[in-house]
Amino acid sequence: MDFTILILILPMLSFLILGIGGKWFKPVDAGRLGTLSLSLVTLLSYLTAWFYFTAPRTAEGTYATLMPYNFTWLPFTETLHFDLGIMLDPISVMMLVVISTVSLMVHLYSFSYMKGEKGFQRYYAFLSLFTMSMLGLVVATNIFQMYLFWELVGVSSYLLIGFYYTKASAVAASKKAFIVTRFADLGFLIGILLYGYYGGTFSFTPDAMSLVTGGAVMLPLALGLMFVGGAGKSAMFPLHIWLPDAMEGPTPVSALIHAATMVVAGVYLVARMFPLFIAYAPDVLHIIGWVGAFTAFFAASIACVQTDIKRVLAFSTISQIGFMIVALGVCTSMNPHEGGLGYMASMFHLFTHAMFKALLFLGAGSIIHAVHSNEMSAMGGLRKYMPITHITFLIACLAIAGIPPFSGFFSKDEILAACFEYSPIMGWVMTIIAAMTAFYMFRLYYGIFWGKENKELHDAHTPHESPLAMTFPLMFLAAITCVAGFIPFGTLVSSNGEAYHIHLDATVAITSVVIAIISISLATWIYMRPTQPVADMLGKRFARLHNAASHRFYIDEVYQFVTHKIIFRCISTPIAWFDRHVVDGFFDFLAWGTHATSDEIRDLQSGQVQQYAFVFLLGTLALIVTLLLTF
Amino acid sequence: MEYYLIVSAIMFFAGIYGFFTRRNTLAILISIELILNATDINFAVFNRFLFPTGLEGHFFALFSIAISAAETAVAIAIMINIYRNIRNIQVKNLNEMKW
Repeated sequence: MDFTILILILPMLSFLILGIGGKWFKPVDAGRLGTLSLSLVTLLSYLTAWFYFTAPRTAEGTYATLMPYNFTWLPFTETLHFDLGIMLDPISVMMLVVISTVSLMVHLYSFSYMKGEKGFQRYYAFLSLFTMSMLGLVVATNIFQMYLFWELVGVSSYLLIGFYYTKASAVAASKKAFIVTRFADLGFLIGILLYGYYGGTFSFTPDAMSLVTGGAVMLPLALGLMFVGGAGKSAMFPLHIWLPDAMEGPTPVSALIHAATMVVAGVYLVARMFPLFIAYAPDVLHIIGWVGAFTAFFAASIACVQTDIKRVLAFSTISQIGFMIVALGVCTSMNPHEGGLGYMASMFHLFTHAMFKALLFLGAGSIIHAVHSNEMSAMGGLRKYMPITHITFLIACLAIAGIPPFSGFFSKDEILAACFEYSPIMGWVMTIIAAMTAFYMFRLYYGIFWGKENKELHDAHTPHESPLAMTFPLMFLAAITCVAGFIPFGTLVSSNGEAYHIHLDATVAITSVVIAIISISLATWIYMRPTQPVADMLGKRFARLHNAASHRFYIDEVYQFVTHKIIFRCISTPIAWFDRHVVDGFFDFLAWGTHATSDEIRDLQSGQVQQYAFVFLLGTLALIVTLLLTF
Repeated sequence: MEYYLIVSAIMFFAGIYGFFTRRNTLAILISIELILNATDINFAVFNRFLFPTGLEGHFFALFSIAISAAETAVAIAIMINIYRNIRNIQVKNLNEMKW
């Protein structure tokens, strides 16, 4: 498995070449270089997955954790050292496949989508940087390396959201994303330090993790703080505010970063620390689960009223990540047959969600490309103009709604089964959220492809199907979405590593499918026709609720109030006053004092040598007199 | 011995007085030479009366004379340069050295 190092080096190289020498490349060549290096990475990732999963299992029936590279960077004590390396275990290999696939699709897609944009080379350089950091994050051998790449991912996300840096809203969005996630990462860092201090190791290997014994009291706190960082990246309530704004970036970037890969880093983090959560902090894990459930519900309810199609998808992403977090949170043991099912379900949903959400975003990009607007009002009736986008989008919608045989059905079903196993309340809550998911996705679908056509706009500029470079990724991802559900995922990834054969729980499966079909029919009934009397009537009846949801329940305003009115006014302003008047004043006084004294005594330096000598003589005499008097 | 020392003390304080009161740099230089000669006399006298067997004081006096000769040469060279620059060797005109 020595070649795995290339998976990190190739995108790094292409980032350096494009980043430093980008202006000497023709845009097309820059894109080709980035795509070529990423195709190699994808190939290598598939090879890794193939070799890894076809290798014989160990005696316990698990896949061995391999570490092809691991060098010690900063040794502190025998067990506590910062390493850099590559660790292969089922979830990291699975993530390699997800990231490289989606990233390759986005690279291909951007070829056409970003054509003619200023800074095409820069765009590909940042894409490479992001891919490198994300791959480094998932293969991290220890939590510190993960943190390192975690921050790199944050930086490249910031750079890509702010790609249109002349647009004020994009700049504001990039800053917001960076500051919010960075603020959350503070919790992550404190968690790492606590974990290192009390747990005595940073390493992720199962051997090292089983050695973590000391400070079992502090570990739940450390793990909880780590989740704060994860919540920031994965947009859990109340740190979700950056994700909808991050949609200011180019759409393929949203597909790559803010749908499929980076935002699941928090889920991945919890999955990485899963054995410790189970062993030391099951309560923290359940709290995380409820946070996820609330976020999923909250985001789904906002998604029902948004009109910007990328915003709908963003809230849907938040909601789906909530599903994954819930699935982890409802785990009660390491055994997949007794309460550990959620781990597998979460990873499975991560996998399938990455594919169909990337598909949805790329489809949205294709639509935006055709009508030059994000607003649903500019769309409607697009199915005639864009057949491929229409069909692939429909497949993704069916997948996310949980209709068999598409991939989302299988993973969501496992999540619901795990929830019911934990508690029926959680199970029903999640079933309702799944129904809401189906509803808002089909509201979106009908709003875009059916409903009332915006004739005026479409006559002025007839929407057309996107070129092959854009439709190929759509078709590829749609194909994956159709078949991914039949991958024997449980045998590859499960909470204790042993093969787990997925079996559908008939009651859960039938309930969820029936509910999904009911909400789809509801959405069809409300939104398919050109006029929407029911929706308008509901919007009027519950005007305040509708209004609040459209304003995302005023969470942004709350943040605005807290930061501007409370933090800025009550804390920052007095501190600024203190700095300006007391600290600066003290140093100004020192400078003024020195200046004034010097001004007074400058006449002593007259340039007359004899005067100096005279003073010297007087001094000598004074010394002599003093000495004589003393002795 | 006291007579010798009285002579050297008079020379010494005459030198000090001249150093502070003369306005011509040459005169100042001559005053410095007076001070040096006063110390030379002291060296010789103390050696002669207190340590008649030793010669260190005499040699030190010779040494000092040699040094003062060299120093005088340097000082006169400086004065010539000053004269070339400001056409004057009055010490009160040399007030530009404060910056």
